[in-house]
Amino acid sequence: MASSAAAASSSSEEAVKAAKVLMVGAGGIGCELLKTLALSGFRDIHIIDLDTIEVSNLNRQFLFRQSHVGQSKAHVARDAVLKFRPNINITSYHANVKDAQFNVDFFKQFNVVLNGLDNLDARRHVNRLCLAAEVPLVESGTTGFLGQVTVHVKGKTECYECQPKPVPKSYPVCTITSTPSKFVHCIVWAKDLLFAKLFGDKNQDNDLNVRSNESGTSKSDVFERNADEDLEQYARRIYDHVFGYNIEVALENEETWKNRRRPNPIYIHGTLPEEAIWQNGSSRDCNNQQQEPSAMVSLGLRNPQEIWNLADNSRVFLEALRLFFEKREKEIGNLIFDKDDQLAVEFVTAAANIRASSFGIPLHSLFEAKGVAGNIVHAVATTNAIIAGLIVIEAIKVLQGDYKRYRMTYCLEHPSRKMLLMPVEPFEPNKSCYVCSETPLLLEVNTKTTKLREVIDKIIKSKLGMNLPLVMIGSTLVFEDGDGLEEDEAANYALNLEKILAELPAPVINGTKITVEDFQQEFSCSINIKHRDEFDAEKEPDGMVLSGWSAPVEKQVTSNGGNQSVASSSGTDYPDGIVEDMSTKPGMKRKLDEILESKENCDASSSAQVVEDDDDDDIVMLDEDPKLAKKKRLQ
Amino acid sequence: MGGGGGGAEEELTAQETALYDRQIRVWGVDAQKRLSKAHVLVCGVNGTTTEFCKNIVLAGVGSLSLMDDHLVTEDDLEANFLIPHDENVYGGRSRAEVCCESLKDFNPMVRVAVEKGDPSLIDGEFLDKFDIIVVSCESIKTKLLINGHCRKRTKHIAFYTIECKDSCGEIFVDLQNHSYVQKVGGEPKPMELTYPSLQEAISVPWKNLPRKTTKLYFAMRVLENYELSEGHSCCEASLSDLPAVLALRKDMCDRMSLSESQIPTALLERLLAAGKKQHPPVCAILGGILGQEVIKSISGKGDPIKNFFYYDAADGKGIAEDIPPSSSD
Repeated sequence: MASSAAAASSSSEEAVKAAKVLMVGAGGIGCELLKTLALSGFRDIHIIDLDTIEVSNLNRQFLFRQSHVGQSKAHVARDAVLKFRPNINITSYHANVKDAQFNVDFFKQFNVVLNGLDNLDARRHVNRLCLAAEVPLVESGTTGFLGQVTVHVKGKTECYECQPKPVPKSYPVCTITSTPSKFVHCIVWAKDLLFAKLFGDKNQDNDLNVRSNESGTSKSDVFERNADEDLEQYARRIYDHVFGYNIEVALENEETWKNRRRPNPIYIHGTLPEEAIWQNGSSRDCNNQQQEPSAMVSLGLRNPQEIWNLADNSRVFLEALRLFFEKREKEIGNLIFDKDDQLAVEFVTAAANIRASSFGIPLHSLFEAKGVAGNIVHAVATTNAIIAGLIVIEAIKVLQGDYKRYRMTYCLEHPSRKMLLMPVEPFEPNKSCYVCSETPLLLEVNTKTTKLREVIDKIIKSKLGMNLPLVMIGSTLVFEDGDGLEEDEAANYALNLEKILAELPAPVINGTKITVEDFQQEFSCSINIKHRDEFDAEKEPDGMVLSGWSAPVEKQVTSNGGNQSVASSSGTDYPDGIVEDMSTKPGMKRKLDEILESKENCDASSSAQVVEDDDDDDIVMLDEDPKLAKKKRLQ
Repeated sequence: MGGGGGGAEEELTAQETALYDRQIRVWGVDAQKRLSKAHVLVCGVNGTTTEFCKNIVLAGVGSLSLMDDHLVTEDDLEANFLIPHDENVYGGRSRAEVCCESLKDFNPMVRVAVEKGDPSLIDGEFLDKFDIIVVSCESIKTKLLINGHCRKRTKHIAFYTIECKDSCGEIFVDLQNHSYVQKVGGEPKPMELTYPSLQEAISVPWKNLPRKTTKLYFAMRVLENYELSEGHSCCEASLSDLPAVLALRKDMCDRMSLSESQIPTALLERLLAAGKKQHPPVCAILGGILGQEVIKSISGKGDPIKNFFYYDAADGKGIAEDIPPSSSD
């Protein structure tokens, strides 16, 4: 009897010693995880991370120091851990997990894969490789004091994509261009429309003037600086155009304002009357050439927590615009908003606040605006440490094949049924999951007007998350992506991209079944095509509708003809190593809500039940289907 | 300079704002300012408390003092990432000294220092230097002594104990009278909690406790009493003590009308087999929870645990227990 505890622990020690594990991500969770793995006796750890170290990482990514800023996270983390565990093997890769070197064979060498990732794209990619390589995956995510750990083992538990996945929040075009009601709408306008228009790629479609009555020809000219115009005149003209004239134009449409508060047009002579805005700015920053240009610095504004009034916002707007043209002219035309670009954040904050004033929306500080614009996820060290501990506990069970004891664990901010750490039995695989089962998808599309390129960009890459897709219609290969193609093949595929579906070498019409594959992910699925003539431009902006996949919950998604500007999207804006999973994972949230709800209402037929026994192994049990809800227990 | 200085109205520096950006987004600027003025003492440096120390140094407390005169031995390396694997570095030096050196590196804005001395000889006045006291791996006698001192000072001093026994852990919290703000439906609401002392919390008659009270609570009390009766120091008991521990279990259960099945033999066995061993993932979990609790207590924001926390990797649950149960429940 007395030896059973000892026997269990020695078998787990053996499993840990012999294990070869892959960690993806060396950020917030990754640093904690690498440390805890090393302390727990793991001896062969591989770690991949694409990122380099930034100052804002240092409050929680404790393996990094100020002197490491700019260096590879994976390499620095490895070196730091070897200092207290010099006799183990850590192999670090400063690389993207989506690189071709990390193929299915690479994944097959590991006993378990542990994710500490910061974006949906990479997580889906790793999920597919783990499924293809048949390697168990332990997934994790944190935001603020919340976090969770889940276990995904092919055939035994659901895969990462069995539940609907979040899409980055996006907004209808008209809300952004004409009828903002929240500060975030103003930020999206300032960042994705105005900033992109003034400093980004001129060839990209942009909805900035989409609701104005101007004729198409003069549209883009407004934002061009005239040859005889000095910078101050230009900046004032842009200000008056976007905050004044455009609002006046929008006001002409009476229908829009019937049930809405009418916005006030704002002109520069009203906010900064008679002010010579730049009289001393230029001279000041001659003194500190080496410093990054900053409108706050040249205007003497110090506190990023402070909410500027309309006049200050207007000064920051004009000053930031000047600094871009004077100090960073070479970048204009190629700039993409980046939350770590101080001047860009200043410009976007000011522009969003001026627009907010116009629409009677409360103004915000630069600190807050930066959080909204950069989709910055709240992150603290403690949650990451807890989650990393839970990952290691699950990893050890996985290595022992102890699948009856696998748990998903939620880390909560407030106790629910006395629990701050709540274990839940994992779900079975979803039989209609398009990733881990073979259920075909359905695509409704106008086959007579839609080009193959649109299907590949909007559906196969963006929604199905394929990296290097291949498209087959029957036995005809119509498209393939990636290096190593023959020249004539590549040319042929390029031609096909621009062809209408019905006019492809193997025509795609109502009832056609197409097969798409990604060799790197070793993932393929079938899509049945259904022809449809009309699509609602606001509700179905892609001009096509995919069903049968883990669809986003939101229906209103904007699109700018292929560019993603208004749909403030792409999961790349999260901070390093942190994932906003609890709040952005509707499926999980729903289940958790059920648990929490059943606490309030224990007698109601709820789909979540806690087994209240005198045993030590009582756990929370959940059923997906409320009708099946019954008290269950393990064994 | 030092960690804490500065008036309440002082703004955070640009350096602090940049470093603490992500966490200020969680708990706000005011909480960050309060953290930077708080002074923390940790008695007992081990795998679990080093996790805690890492967390609060990163969070940016004003100062952290470590008290542990034991010389570092090879055993200490096991669950401790603050000790470099090099006898030339740690040989002949105390746990507090070696870990202090590593922690200093984590955040240049936090003052980390060593307090020499024996926790069992701490006097009340000494504690006035601190806002938070964390005690680990000390005998129950020492814990009761320090908790008693904290409660007698006019200054408000929060008291915590934390123990990890392999895959199980216990945290005890005594915030005396604690006022804080809790968001209820988006609106900040002032709240008030009154905590029992450690003495009160461990001597509640068991028959008064709810049936679902976690078994770890009872098991830890049995071990505590055993160590006390044997004059053992913390974690000294081992598997060979099982028969004596089982006898004590029977005695305590009889005396307080609790079924012995509430304290399974297998659980006591696990705890005894653990000895001083700490399972690193459990250290991370306990040190994380304690870090969060200390941050809540300093910032006066959010529901703190009242007054025990238990984790057991065997069932995966992290449970808050209120002992003795508040009358309002």
